[in-house]
Amino acid sequence: MLRNHLFTVLLAVLLAVLSVFSLFVGVIDLNLSAIFSGDLEALELLLISRLPRLLAILCTGVGMSVAGLIMQQLCMNKFVSPTTGATISSAQFGILLALLFMPGSTLWGRALFAFTTAVLGTWIFVWFIQRIQFKDVVMVPLVGIMFGNVIGGITNYLAYKYEMTQALSSWLVGHFSLVLRGRYELVYLVVPLVILAFVFANHFNIVGMGKDFSKNLGVPYNLVLFMGLTIAAMITASVVVVVGSISYIGLIVPNVVAMFKGDKIRGTLVDTALFGAVFVLVCDMIGRVVIFPYELPIELIVGILGSLLFIGLLFYRLRHGRKAIRLKPMGSGCATPPTTAGGETI
Amino acid sequence: MFARELTKKYDGKAVVDAVSFEIPQKSVISLIGPNGAGKSTVMGILSRLIARDGGQVDFEGKDISRWKSKELSKRLAILTQHNNVQMKLTVRELVTFGRFPYSGNHLTEEDRQIVSQAIRYMELEEMEDRFIDELSGGQRQRAYIAMVIAQDTEYILLDEPTNNLDIYHATNMMKIVRRLCDELGKTVILVLHEINYAAFYSDYICAFVDGKIAKFGTVEEVMTKETLSQIYHVDFEIMHIKGKPLSIYY
Repeated sequence: MLRNHLFTVLLAVLLAVLSVFSLFVGVIDLNLSAIFSGDLEALELLLISRLPRLLAILCTGVGMSVAGLIMQQLCMNKFVSPTTGATISSAQFGILLALLFMPGSTLWGRALFAFTTAVLGTWIFVWFIQRIQFKDVVMVPLVGIMFGNVIGGITNYLAYKYEMTQALSSWLVGHFSLVLRGRYELVYLVVPLVILAFVFANHFNIVGMGKDFSKNLGVPYNLVLFMGLTIAAMITASVVVVVGSISYIGLIVPNVVAMFKGDKIRGTLVDTALFGAVFVLVCDMIGRVVIFPYELPIELIVGILGSLLFIGLLFYRLRHGRKAIRLKPMGSGCATPPTTAGGETI
Repeated sequence: MFARELTKKYDGKAVVDAVSFEIPQKSVISLIGPNGAGKSTVMGILSRLIARDGGQVDFEGKDISRWKSKELSKRLAILTQHNNVQMKLTVRELVTFGRFPYSGNHLTEEDRQIVSQAIRYMELEEMEDRFIDELSGGQRQRAYIAMVIAQDTEYILLDEPTNNLDIYHATNMMKIVRRLCDELGKTVILVLHEINYAAFYSDYICAFVDGKIAKFGTVEEVMTKETLSQIYHVDFEIMHIKGKPLSIYY
């Protein structure tokens, strides 16, 4: 028992330390003594810029990784995520529509459009992969990436035609530099949605075992499937509207956590959320430090790190067949190589 | 459990054609027949996994489609071969899902005991913390059966439980089926391809041909040279071994 929770506690402590640290990384020098001595300017900087940024980062990390976890479970495919499931590009398409049809729209107005298109896009993608029933696990994310690119293409075309490319670019590449008090609060929607996901964690697990399996246990398959996808899409859309597109977190984080802790969502959701937050926080700090005093958009850092890890995961999966990643948690908590490769083909 | 005039059509062709029968309680009933005879479809209709196009399934005085899914899952369990085998759940986590119809997210102490008993009954204690994707086919099948035991239903429906298992594990599976009936008092309905397993381990055999029941009776009644030859269109010889009619086909 203790060993299981040790991982979680370590992640939580790491996240707390990094969070505090990140508050003091930035162009304007901010230090503790200034805050405690009642320096109003320092306090203002903290409340208007640094703290909102930190909270947005945490919500983004938690949200995107939990959205990925839900999508992977429901689609029974380890490579499905908001990026590879067309959710992000659908949300961007929604933002473009909002910019086109409601030029004066507020954050919430744009969010409404993004929610609708993200949910619809994800539903269409899942409906499609359920109809086709791909034999090869890698086909599903490839189809998702293609579908996402088709939507992205339409978005770009429309943006180009109506001279919206510049306005849209802010949502195409995710970054935290525009997160200030008053223009990021929507991302808090992630919190109730993640709690909702935790409540229905067992339902998602059961649906992830298959249609017959869930019907046998009296769980309404289609209802839970579409409810779960809706939650994942809404989490994604709330992040995209505020910070823009952030790829790979929803793909990498749940996979890495599942390697150590398995697929029981109740057991991994907290770790996935914490690890996602740590991952984004670290990427953000790298982005802020590399070309200091300027900053790189988070999407760039996450994209580089994420795509490398993604390729690594792909190779791992190809070498070890259709099976889940076979790293066993040992007594010390470190991973050992698989003992039996291949295994039964049932 | 009665079925009356069950019908299922795919693209206008009747796969199950006006099939009626009654399931005797607390016994093992095997559904056999050539490929495409409709036995798996009948099983699917009985367990509400497949929607029928006509007929009735009377389950404890009420049509199966009028049961609340959750209530039904406390009385009837179905295990098919279409489960996601890549999921990294431990054996214990899987078996615990059997209690889901009863307790949902909030397991009671009683639930935990029932889960432990089911794991012990299937002799899986040593591997209860292992992930199901790391088990052999036979072990995994036993884990699923343990889940069904934890589900504590009167009826258990198994769709080709010996599929993909070698002789040792398939025979073990059939012995488990027998014990589910004899020791735990379950009514077990299963789809089988191996007629000799059906003959040796079941009480009744229901043979399907072309969406219709060719013969439904006790093992002795169905396992005759004439009946089997008619069903499978090959030559059969029947031998009695340990008092059971076993068949040789060539």
